[in-house]
Amino acid sequence: MALPDTTEDTQGFGLASVNPDLASERLTASFSVPRLTAVLDGGAERTRLRRAVVDVIESDPVFSRENQYFQSQNERYEAAVRKAVHVRKKMQEMGWSEDGPESVYVYRALSGDVAFLLHRVFMRSISVLGSDKQVAKWIPLASEYQLIGSYAQTELGHGTYLQGLETTAVFDISTQEFILNTPTISAMKWWPGDMGRSATHTVVFAQLYIQGKCYGVHPFIVQIRSLQDHSLCPGVIAGDIGPKMNFEHIDNGYLMLKNVRIPRENMLNKFCEVQPDGTYIRRGSQKINYFTMTSVRVSLISDEVILPLMKACTIAIRYSVVRRQSKLKPGEEEAKILDYQTQQEKLLPQLAAAYAFHFINNYLHELFNRGYREIQGRNFDSLPELHAFSSGFKAMVTQYCTSGLEICLRACGGHGYSLLSGLPSLYTKILASCIYEGENTILLLQTARFLIKCFRAASAGQSVPPSVTYLAAMKPGKCTAKDKLDFLSPDIYTEAYQHAAIRLISSTAAKLQDLIQSGVERHEAWNQCTVQLVQAAKAHCHYITVKNFVETVEKLENTAGIQNIMKHLCDLFALHGIFSNAGIFLHDGYITGAQMDMVTASYLDLLGIIRKDAVPLVDAFDFTDKNLNSALGSYDGQVYQRLYEWARKAPTNKQISPAYEKYLKPLLHNKLSKL
Amino acid sequence: MCSLSRAVITEFVFLCLSPEALVINDPDFQHEDLNFLSRSQRYEQAIRKSSLMVMKLREYGIADPEEIYWFKRTCLGNFIEPFGLHFSMFHKTIETQTTDAQKKKWLPLVRGVKIIGTYAQTEMGHGTHLRGLETTATYDPATQEFILNSPTVTSIKWWPGGLGKTSNHAIVLAQLYTQGQCKGLHAFIVPIRQLGTHEPLPGITVGDIGPKFGYDEMDNGYLKMDNFRIPRENMLMKYAQVEPDGTYVKPVSDKLTYGTMVFIRSLIVGDSARSLSRACTIAIRYSAVRHQSELKPGAPEPQILDYQTQQYKLFPLLATAYAFHFVGAYIKDTYHRISGDIHDGDLSELPELHALTAGLKAFTSWTANAGIEECRMACGGHGYSRCSGIPDIYVTFTPSCTYEGENTVMMLQTARFLVKSYNQVSSGQRVTGMVSYLNDLSRQRIQPQHVAGRTEAVRINDPVSLVEAYKARAARLVEAAAKNLQAELNHRKSKEDAWNRTSVDLVRASEAHCHYVIVKLFTAKLSEISNAAVCAVLTELCLLYALYGISRNAGDFLQAGILTDTQITQVNQRVKELLAVIRPNAVALVDSFDFHDVHLGSVLGRYDGNVYENMFEWAKKSPLNKTEVRKPYLVGLNDLWRSFPTPTIL
Repeated sequence: MALPDTTEDTQGFGLASVNPDLASERLTASFSVPRLTAVLDGGAERTRLRRAVVDVIESDPVFSRENQYFQSQNERYEAAVRKAVHVRKKMQEMGWSEDGPESVYVYRALSGDVAFLLHRVFMRSISVLGSDKQVAKWIPLASEYQLIGSYAQTELGHGTYLQGLETTAVFDISTQEFILNTPTISAMKWWPGDMGRSATHTVVFAQLYIQGKCYGVHPFIVQIRSLQDHSLCPGVIAGDIGPKMNFEHIDNGYLMLKNVRIPRENMLNKFCEVQPDGTYIRRGSQKINYFTMTSVRVSLISDEVILPLMKACTIAIRYSVVRRQSKLKPGEEEAKILDYQTQQEKLLPQLAAAYAFHFINNYLHELFNRGYREIQGRNFDSLPELHAFSSGFKAMVTQYCTSGLEICLRACGGHGYSLLSGLPSLYTKILASCIYEGENTILLLQTARFLIKCFRAASAGQSVPPSVTYLAAMKPGKCTAKDKLDFLSPDIYTEAYQHAAIRLISSTAAKLQDLIQSGVERHEAWNQCTVQLVQAAKAHCHYITVKNFVETVEKLENTAGIQNIMKHLCDLFALHGIFSNAGIFLHDGYITGAQMDMVTASYLDLLGIIRKDAVPLVDAFDFTDKNLNSALGSYDGQVYQRLYEWARKAPTNKQISPAYEKYLKPLLHNKLSKL
Repeated sequence: MCSLSRAVITEFVFLCLSPEALVINDPDFQHEDLNFLSRSQRYEQAIRKSSLMVMKLREYGIADPEEIYWFKRTCLGNFIEPFGLHFSMFHKTIETQTTDAQKKKWLPLVRGVKIIGTYAQTEMGHGTHLRGLETTATYDPATQEFILNSPTVTSIKWWPGGLGKTSNHAIVLAQLYTQGQCKGLHAFIVPIRQLGTHEPLPGITVGDIGPKFGYDEMDNGYLKMDNFRIPRENMLMKYAQVEPDGTYVKPVSDKLTYGTMVFIRSLIVGDSARSLSRACTIAIRYSAVRHQSELKPGAPEPQILDYQTQQYKLFPLLATAYAFHFVGAYIKDTYHRISGDIHDGDLSELPELHALTAGLKAFTSWTANAGIEECRMACGGHGYSRCSGIPDIYVTFTPSCTYEGENTVMMLQTARFLVKSYNQVSSGQRVTGMVSYLNDLSRQRIQPQHVAGRTEAVRINDPVSLVEAYKARAARLVEAAAKNLQAELNHRKSKEDAWNRTSVDLVRASEAHCHYVIVKLFTAKLSEISNAAVCAVLTELCLLYALYGISRNAGDFLQAGILTDTQITQVNQRVKELLAVIRPNAVALVDSFDFHDVHLGSVLGRYDGNVYENMFEWAKKSPLNKTEVRKPYLVGLNDLWRSFPTPTIL
């Protein structure tokens, strides 16, 4: 670690070789890293495709994120718009289509720092909720970017509870138009992305009124800005909602409508229609309105939630083998911090969770695609399960990954706090996911509602959807583990999770029943049980995730050490959950105190085992340095040189601060009166 | 709805500060909302306010570092300033570690702010483990100077506040070499910038370390020294000395630094309480303003604070904020009580206090850190906007988990003390203070029935009985960790290896110990409150704090047989009942923290609750709404549109 020379041009000094502390970690991998990467990508062919796309994007200077940490909100917004325009050109150049396999990799390579994401939601909502005629009119315009769309649902005073929205759309038979209004300040649309400055159109959710009668919330396409000069349309007030914890590149906006008139044809009417005479017609389930939300929820989990955790693990684990601190043995060199058990206990469970969620996400997508095909055929049977499933998993995965990411951040000590580590921006971005597309507590309660219903049905001998058939199989038994090695048996821990989930669901159902029978009103009984209901829903999701991890590992190829290391991670994920929620498992004596000590012993042993493969396991995520954009986490481990080099590029070091002449100088010369 | 007046609680609990001291209404301290300023602008504003503050300090004749700390806190709220280390570490170190001659030279310069200093300890590659620092100071008897060097990249001083742009002096910690021998870490006063021009001196490379999660107004800096020479007299020589010929004179043993650490950590415990209180104030007031969904079909949307899940998120945190407040006050009082003893050389109570504050610093900062985030999430989407103020509280607070001792390392320091105490008890000695419960462990071992016997004894509505339950849990986890450590020692040769392989258990033991101390202190506080209504509401909070902790750590209590399944179910039930009991007083309880709107810096947490109107007003001030909207558009979209046929719709 020689001192770099101090000339101004420090570009590339000392960065040629891999830090030996990191290089040594890669020599002892127990499995093949490329093979595991292929497993994660869904085949070696897809790995090749992904890398090709990443190469194209990263070699184009327009997409560079080099100065991102130094940019102002305005600069980031402009860069995001520039990228959105450029990426479209690039994709045409390369012959990649919007719904082709490349586009998802394009988005990942850009790390989401691009404008017009809500444009896609705009298009998706038209595709799902619009009639064939509406799709034929709007989708070509949108896909050619002749307009920029947004999606305006949330209001200043109203979020997840859609029925509470206040914006109104009153049908005027005489002109065949809807008149849209924002009747109160809390009814102002607030938060929609791309709306503050960019969008020309938006899908507005509003209460539909026909001849004085309210028909509930419906979607309407509303033009808000001129297609000629981009000025606001008459009756429209819109702007940016101000700085946030992150998403500086997105112009989240507000929108106020004053007697804005739109033609009758602008109500999205695949499932509901207002006829010229004001007759209201409904086709199919009302629940379909939720489908856009469900599909957004499913699509965001991978890119917005799991990938950031994978990146954070990569940064924190690589840094933890480069950083040395204190001594494990007197006289020796200072130890790599990853050799400390406490550091392993922070990071390795997050790594295991990243893998667990990657696999559950695959499962969720299968389920979703099947459901989507059924809905296209107007069969809504799978919608409740799909809705419950996507809600619960969105809540569990976002919550888990958010706290996991924060653990990674804090595990990097002081340097984790620097924006140059990449971790603060990953964190501030991921934590928005706990709120958007449905607040997590509310989502868990929706899952709980489904579970209670299924539990009652199962108890009454009725059939229930496949993911919850286990609710019918309540067994009174106890955990059969005799020593700590038994807890490495998937049957043992999967059953423990199943038992815990059933116990929590059944006891909450019983409590609910008791309250209602004792005369408490149904809604009040529900409110009194919500803390338990949330716990029950989490236990269910946790169980399904463990079970799915176990099943995934069983199906993996038993070559190149892949199955072996994945089995370790699966065990770690499962035992970490039991270790950190011991009370749930001990509660009815399913696991005894002595068995809990075995769980702890096995869990701590696993940390030592996985420690050896920690760096290869994050290498397998296959992030490029540009994608990580972290001074701490790059592949070569030249942490300190890079931190120094990047810091020197900070604008604060280039410009002379006026503060010295204005304030410091008079202060030091005791001429403060001049201030 | 509320049964208590805010003034009553404030008076009885917080012994409120006189509002005359507040300068928040002083027009000199007004400025644009910081959320709309760039980093450079925020730095400039901070320098301006610091300079004004120096003027006020001179006016009031305040010079003592601790008094300055309180003045800043009460007058300027959570003001982060590039001068911070000048007033604290720089001043304090020069005051306590210099000879009389050095004092005479430096103190007037420091006090009169003729120079601005900072404290440069942490290096890029070295943090909590001080002995690992690499910067060298080599004595040259020929010129009677020290030659300072940063020999490696990892040795560059990194992070010190005020170092990047503001300071012209720094106290630098470096390995002292004289007569060819390394004598360990010593402190040196190093000039870094030219007085008058503020240019870095030759041999000094200094700058800002770039943007961070928070602390935008702070110029945390780096410092690299190349053969930079300072006179011999610039070494702080109260304890160790280097004579003109290079002879090294060893210091007398110095446990006194413990005292400073205890003091600084007690400040962090107080910060934990305050930061969490601010976040609770915002979240609870907003939850009373926000209406959402329906509880009862057909009824208007209820305040979200009426939902059990919302109460379950916020009220335990409110109870925690109160608990930490009392803990902070306890440590500060204890420190002041024994600082007289310390001055007289009686250090007998210091090791325990030192060990305890290490753990409590970690426990409270971790809990508050997570709690602030929970408050933010409880505010839904609007919590994510900077206008909520919670993002700022979080990013400002979260580094306290790392600075002044990384939390895990702190927990392990406490554990070392606990294990030592346990071993003393095992070898037949008695221990005193907060760990005296360990004395009971030997007695319990001869009474196999104790677990069942104790189970009956826990009364879940009696805080004193709950203190006993926490005590039993701490004892059990300390014992388990100590036994596991012993088992590892029996397996392996190395003490360090065994310690490392037990460290997860050891951290758990420390956490349980700290948790016990907090419940104990909260409970003890109740008997000191003379106002019956205040005492009643604080008892509810204390019960909630204790029972919620049991509920969340049920595994420990079940596994040790301290509580039965049935009792845990009762505890869970009682927690929910307490939520409903506290609900009517929730807003009064946060009003009692008595934060001025300006200190709170939150649109959501405004005292008057006029949230939505003011959010709109705030957003309109956003810089994105001031700049010309179409500029980026002309660059981006018009190009895009040009490549497609003219729109034909509408």
